[in-house]
Amino acid sequence: MCSLEKRDRLFILKLTGDGEHRLNPNLLDSLRSTINQIRSDPSSSQSVLITTSDGKFFSNGYDLALAESNPSLSVVMDAKLRSLVADLISLPMPTIAAVTGHASAAGCILAMSHDYVLMRRDRGFLYMSELDIELIVPAWFMAVIKGKIGSPAARRDVMLTAAKVTADVGVKMGIVDSAYGSATETVEAAIKLGEEIVQRGGDGHVYGKMRESLLREVLIHTIGEYESGSSVVRSTGSKL
Amino acid sequence: MCTLEKRGDLFLLTLTGDGEHRFHPDTIATILSLLEQAKSQSTRGSILITTANGKFFSNGFDLAWAQTAGSITGAANRLHQMVESLKPVVAALLDLPMPTIAALNGHAAAAGLMLALSHDYVFMRKDRGVLYMSEVDIGLSMPDYFSALVRAKIGTSAARRELLLSGKKIRGEEAVGLGIVDSAAYDSEEGVVQASVRLGEKLAAKKWSGEVYASIRKSLYPELCGILGLEARVFATPKL
Repeated sequence: MCSLEKRDRLFILKLTGDGEHRLNPNLLDSLRSTINQIRSDPSSSQSVLITTSDGKFFSNGYDLALAESNPSLSVVMDAKLRSLVADLISLPMPTIAAVTGHASAAGCILAMSHDYVLMRRDRGFLYMSELDIELIVPAWFMAVIKGKIGSPAARRDVMLTAAKVTADVGVKMGIVDSAYGSATETVEAAIKLGEEIVQRGGDGHVYGKMRESLLREVLIHTIGEYESGSSVVRSTGSKL
Repeated sequence: MCTLEKRGDLFLLTLTGDGEHRFHPDTIATILSLLEQAKSQSTRGSILITTANGKFFSNGFDLAWAQTAGSITGAANRLHQMVESLKPVVAALLDLPMPTIAALNGHAAAAGLMLALSHDYVFMRKDRGVLYMSEVDIGLSMPDYFSALVRAKIGTSAARRELLLSGKKIRGEEAVGLGIVDSAAYDSEEGVVQASVRLGEKLAAKKWSGEVYASIRKSLYPELCGILGLEARVFATPKL
């Protein structure tokens, strides 16, 4: 499912195994509980999260086969991913996605829900596949797209041509921060970036709050307006 | 006034004749009815290309007609009528179950430019034709859906300022630089149309579901859809 490694101040979350890392309820629960574990770690506010994966896929999206066999599960998966994304947005530490494989639809949204997206250029693409597979795009996906892709033309290309965006194209579009020659180089670069960020210092709690206000539109869509403004729900134990 | 031709997968909507293709209520009504016709005949792989003959794509609303009302109030009412009547045209384009391309043969000003921007892709000529939001020069206020369209389609505040606040006549190369049009690489009317046809055929070959395409397009522009009264598909009920 997923593994967690701690290297000094870096939390390395990995989607494990050679499969497509489809975001089924079990994997989503596993990811959320791991993120909660990271959040409650005493060193969390001086740390950095790196999310990566084994194999050919970062994540190929929701488990559509599962949803076909049990339609109510599509609502469940959507709700769980929304919570996970809200958790990532409020996480009191910078987050880096080291994308070493394909990220499609919900999988692409998961990658983009990180502060930095580093990606290999030799293989793999970001792919909002909904147009090709005839899925309607939830409004909250669009909020992530809008929050993370600045150019209207790039958003149109991603959503209305179902573009398979390789790393270098992603850099030009402003979706990917930097591109690397291989999976190993990508992860190494993520670790290096993580270490630089840790060196800078700063309070992860403040960082998390800043990110919440920057991505307020996304939070409103994921967990609702009332909750996003409430410091009771998203208490970060501010040091004031 | 305007015609709708079908050439294989392509619907070609042309504002005919050599004039300024000003939007008189009758022109607007004709455009709306032709769009409804295209919608009713649409299939997978349909494409709309909108173009015009002569020096102008469109120079905007028929202000001369407004002025022949004989009084200031009368003129204001007529202008208001035209502004209101163009809203369903913009809505129809956002709702159209097929990719849309505006092939600008010439000048596009004010409401004429808004019609162009209501398309998914905009091509213009390099050698001829300007984009011009004349409102600031002639003292007209900006309808809410015009501003929403500009906010939806033009990504930088500098570009929006240049377009709306400077009274500038923007030529092809600058329009591409500002992100207002997709390409201005063409030296003739035929060149722009051919480029549109080439893009159209590429998109048509994907055989996307028009309904899904329109739904994803509308969810890209929630603010604009709200103003136009178009439901932007808030809930995800994917076809899994």
